[in-house]
Amino acid sequence: MHKENTGDAPSAPTPRVRHHRKRNFDAVAGAGKPNGSHLLVNDKSKYKSFLIRAYSTVWMIGGFALIVYLGHLYITAMVVVLQIFMARELFNLLRRTHEDKQLPGFRLLNWHFFFTAMLFVYGRILSQRLVNTVTPDKVLYRLVTSLIKYHMAICYSLYISGFVWFILTLKKKMYKYQFSQYAWTHMILIVVFTQSSFTVANIFEGIFWFLLPASLIAINDIFAYICGFFFGRTPLIKLSPKKTWEGFIGASITTMISAFLDLSTGWLQCDPGPLFKQETHALPGWISNWVRLDAVQYWNSYTSNLHLLSKRKEAFYFAAALERNFCYALCLGLFASIIAPFGGFFASGFKRAFKVKDFGDSIPGHGGITDRMDCQMVMAVFAYIYHQSFVVPQSLSVDKLLDQIITSLTLEEQQALFTKLGQMLQEVIGS
Amino acid sequence: AMEKDLNQNSPRIRKIRDNSYPPNTPTSRMNNNNQRDNHPNSPRDYNYSPSSPTARLRWRNRSNEIPAEVKRGNASNVRNLLLGDKNKYRSMWIRTCSSLWMLGGVFFIIYMGHLYIWAMVVGIQIFMAKELFFLLRRAHEERRLPGFRLLNWHFFFTAMLFVYGRILQQQLVNTVSSDRFIYKLVSGLIKYQMVICYFLYIAGFMWFILTLKKKMYKYQFGQYAWTHMILIVVFTQSSFTVANIFEGIFWFLLPAALIAMNDVAAYFFGFYFGKTPLIKLSPKKTWEGFIGASVATTISAFLFANVLGQFQWLTCPRKDLSTGWLHCDPGPLFRPEYYPLPTWIASFSPWKEISILPVQWHAFSLGLFASVIAPFGGFFASGFKRAFKIKDFGDSIPGHGGFTDRMDCQMVMAIFAYIYIQSFIVHQDYSVEMILDHISISLGHEEQKMLYAKLGDILRHKLQGGV
Repeated sequence: MHKENTGDAPSAPTPRVRHHRKRNFDAVAGAGKPNGSHLLVNDKSKYKSFLIRAYSTVWMIGGFALIVYLGHLYITAMVVVLQIFMARELFNLLRRTHEDKQLPGFRLLNWHFFFTAMLFVYGRILSQRLVNTVTPDKVLYRLVTSLIKYHMAICYSLYISGFVWFILTLKKKMYKYQFSQYAWTHMILIVVFTQSSFTVANIFEGIFWFLLPASLIAINDIFAYICGFFFGRTPLIKLSPKKTWEGFIGASITTMISAFLDLSTGWLQCDPGPLFKQETHALPGWISNWVRLDAVQYWNSYTSNLHLLSKRKEAFYFAAALERNFCYALCLGLFASIIAPFGGFFASGFKRAFKVKDFGDSIPGHGGITDRMDCQMVMAVFAYIYHQSFVVPQSLSVDKLLDQIITSLTLEEQQALFTKLGQMLQEVIGS
Repeated sequence: AMEKDLNQNSPRIRKIRDNSYPPNTPTSRMNNNNQRDNHPNSPRDYNYSPSSPTARLRWRNRSNEIPAEVKRGNASNVRNLLLGDKNKYRSMWIRTCSSLWMLGGVFFIIYMGHLYIWAMVVGIQIFMAKELFFLLRRAHEERRLPGFRLLNWHFFFTAMLFVYGRILQQQLVNTVSSDRFIYKLVSGLIKYQMVICYFLYIAGFMWFILTLKKKMYKYQFGQYAWTHMILIVVFTQSSFTVANIFEGIFWFLLPAALIAMNDVAAYFFGFYFGKTPLIKLSPKKTWEGFIGASVATTISAFLFANVLGQFQWLTCPRKDLSTGWLHCDPGPLFRPEYYPLPTWIASFSPWKEISILPVQWHAFSLGLFASVIAPFGGFFASGFKRAFKIKDFGDSIPGHGGFTDRMDCQMVMAIFAYIYIQSFIVHQDYSVEMILDHISISLGHEEQKMLYAKLGDILRHKLQGGV
């Protein structure tokens, strides 16, 4: 939720236009103006815009909290809808109506690739979840297992048909336009789908792993705005003249502190919804009475099936989990405050390069959804990668084997494998 | 890819005429044909004699719907005809020499094995990326942005680390499993591979943003997007090619040979029968060439698979990075099945039954793809060149343009071959015993317990009734 104006609350159109026009004037006139006059600290009407921003921020946070309360599936739906809107904005951004009139059906190609990407990314995630929750005797099960097995082939054939369609619709004088649109479509889809697929993967690990990074970015924005509002003097970067070093540093500190607070009090955690029973397991009573860290829940559910654990080991895992969370908070907070703003700088630079005011105008007073989501995107990718590498004790070969077992063996064979594996492990322990 | 020779006929003929023969020396031809990838038989090289300048002109005259090129070509036609006769025999001799060299080189690399083929693929990839990086840059802006080129190579290095780290992790682990310390190091690297690559990428991203210069935003963003597109195109196909190689050289050789076969056959059928133009993008291609080549390619796919499938060196997968000789049980795909011939054929042929490797049926679909869909890679490259008004992607290969010109159809085919193999071939023969063996061999004790726990979860869940 990052804006070039260092705030995430929406502002009324007039102050925003004023800010934009001022900034463009700066860009054109170069070093002509004195440095301080466009900073927020010296803006006369800043209190009015502050109130308007606070008001709409409250509304946005309220709506978001409602959706989070409703559960995994609704959050995923929200992410998908946001993604569709972002893609539409970006698709429309660089097209030129004159050429488009001569190319009927070319827009459809974009949506074809969008659909293919959606199938590829979500097909994999969802079908793996579905196969664990559907009984083997239903038709759906067979459908889902074959979907996993031939998933790549299906997506590839869709992509190739789009590719062939593209080539067959190349028109004589419009080659350059069509190729640029093709490249542009690919870049958009990559940017939009990488981050949203990682977001969704985070959601399915536990809403906590999605909420924490998102709230850190929001906090970073809000406090950068507030600190810049009260103390901002030294400009930060040429790309976004309203940002200041004071705002940046103040926001960093606040973000780190709030990261620790979030994790230790656990006010952000919540139980996974009833649709995904596989992720909840009966916790040993003493832990669930004490503290309700989702991280601990995950860790325990992971290890609770190994019947070799004693209570002492559980305590050990609990302490280890706490320590891990400390590191997790540190890293996430650092990243959110220092590196994630570069997503915002990238978007600003991009808009200047192509002389675009905003990515779209879906949100009145704010520009489009991409304006809100630019820092979130960088953060979501980082959170997923961090989680996969450091939090989850993962082994790629185990998952690959598990995939193979699920897709190529029938249920009876899987059970046979399970019992034989159990015997094998018993032998090793016994010997 | 061969048809491209005919597309850019005029400048190339001028080149051949002007540069006499050093460009067509055996070494340069060998390089050229190495990129056209390792096809074990190279009839096209021997048959270059018909494609001397005179013959090409003759073919061009046959399809006379070409707009401006013909007019330009006609002007130089007369000159070329006069000079063509003199050079024809000399060029044929040089081509024969170089094709012999090329064939020898191909066999040598295949003999040397997987690791060397991989090195060759990586080399080709570097050259292709270099060509494409240089393609759309503008010297004027470049002077004002020192160090910007370096950013491209940074992203290239990151992509290389990411892609090959992923694909070869199992092979790497198997190679170093002897030494405890190096094993820990390597498996640690593999585990954190994603993080390392991500941080390298983010470093490049931040570097890019910090070097944005005031009046050059649009150029820099354009270059950034172009870099990403190039890296995606180049690395997807080469990584899939490498994955195919380690599955067994057969799976790399067969698709490459099919593409080459398709080109050669399309040329010949177009040469002798070509009348109806195929597509506006490449005016020299004809429907007769296309259909004839399709038939020829699918039939030869069937036959090639039989020939190539007999060699264990080609069909065995390579599990580590060694270079030694391979012995393995090739699996049910490569065990010949015998079908008795129907009596009316058997009566006048010396064989009573034919042996068919089951893999030949798969080769059939590979051949179908190679003839119908893979040429679209060539059309894409032609369209791209027309769109951006460039003659060739580069000029590393004298007389031919650059590496990308040679590899365009190969790229589409490599990706298809990988996906086909992963979907329809690799997973076909799993049984409980095989998987148990696999588990006990490749997983450590802790991992086996992990697998056991996860599998138990899943099974318990299914038995309880799930949704």
